[in-house]
Amino acid sequence: MLNKIYDWVDERLDITPLWRDIADHEVPEHVNPAHHFSAFVYCFGGLTFFVTVIQILSGMFLTMYYVPDIKNAWESVYYLQNHVAFGQIVRGMHHWGASLVIVMMFLHTLRVFFQGAYKKPRELNWVVGVLIFFVMLALGLTGYLLPWDMKALFATKVTMQIIESVPFIGEYLKILIAGSADIVGAQTITRFFAIHVFFLPAALFALMAAHFVMIRKQGISGPL
Amino acid sequence: MSKNKVSRRQFLSYTLTGVGGFMAAGMLMPMVRFAVDPVLQPKASSDFIPTQQKVADITDVPTRVDFKFEQQDAWYTSEETGTAWVYKDDKGEIVALSPVCKHLGCVVDWNSDKANQNHFYCPCHGGLYTKDGTNVPGTPPFAPLDVYPYIEKDGYLHLGKAEPKKGA
Repeated sequence: MLNKIYDWVDERLDITPLWRDIADHEVPEHVNPAHHFSAFVYCFGGLTFFVTVIQILSGMFLTMYYVPDIKNAWESVYYLQNHVAFGQIVRGMHHWGASLVIVMMFLHTLRVFFQGAYKKPRELNWVVGVLIFFVMLALGLTGYLLPWDMKALFATKVTMQIIESVPFIGEYLKILIAGSADIVGAQTITRFFAIHVFFLPAALFALMAAHFVMIRKQGISGPL
Repeated sequence: MSKNKVSRRQFLSYTLTGVGGFMAAGMLMPMVRFAVDPVLQPKASSDFIPTQQKVADITDVPTRVDFKFEQQDAWYTSEETGTAWVYKDDKGEIVALSPVCKHLGCVVDWNSDKANQNHFYCPCHGGLYTKDGTNVPGTPPFAPLDVYPYIEKDGYLHLGKAEPKKGA
């Protein structure tokens, strides 16, 4: 049945080359843990992507209950965690995944660094990778405020102090990000929410696409 | 017509780039202005807020003065309580210090630490300030306590918005 549907579509749109291009490629022996167990270090990039997918999915579902407002944010998080079925699990996935994605990304970076895989012709992919790293840190920073508890508030106040210490434009940067000159409040949480849920993921998708296109184009670096 | 300096192809590509750029700018300009609006807001003129503290009652010992004010946070209005440590210095000048620690924003207390008499003490990380608000070297704060500008009105103390201490 499924085969017939596939054939019907393929006959009209010729979709086979599309997914062949993406999925059908050789994995070299030196990166296959089945051949050399030490090749597990090549898994960290994929694991980062895997955790990122979990973050995106769990984040999408969290917004079904979450409200980015100073009066309701904490209450909505409390509700989704304690009164919604599997709320603790879904929030837990997003909470722990946020740390895990940084860990995986760090291990992936270490592997690329110590194997020298960033060298010519792969310098650009290293640059894009570092940009992804910054976007991930920014996602962690903006997401930290959203539960609107004491830890979130004071962490963000410290963040604002750090931003303010930028020479010359520090104060303007702070107001731009906090939405207010001296209050971490109503405008801050909506801004952080917008940045966390729309702006940074958009940047992340574009960078990840570039990262993956480049690795497919250039292939994995050779054995040591 | 003299020599064709601009080819048809060039003319079209310039025109299309120009029109496209104009359309992109027309689309982005409102959004960017929308996003940076808080930065371009004029600084709120800081009104002096009345307190319940009679100026005549201020001694040379720092006293905690609480005052209520209405805070406007975009669409959200709330009544907030501010605090100042108020005393008269050697010259008889009133000093009103903000209790917000310059380290990480906890609240300092006067004379509450037994080991450090006559100091402002922050319980979070042990920050210390002398009576005039100067941070004690070797403790976490990197600047003196902020100072409230003040006026006297009908015998009561009115406080402005706390500012970093001058000459710090």
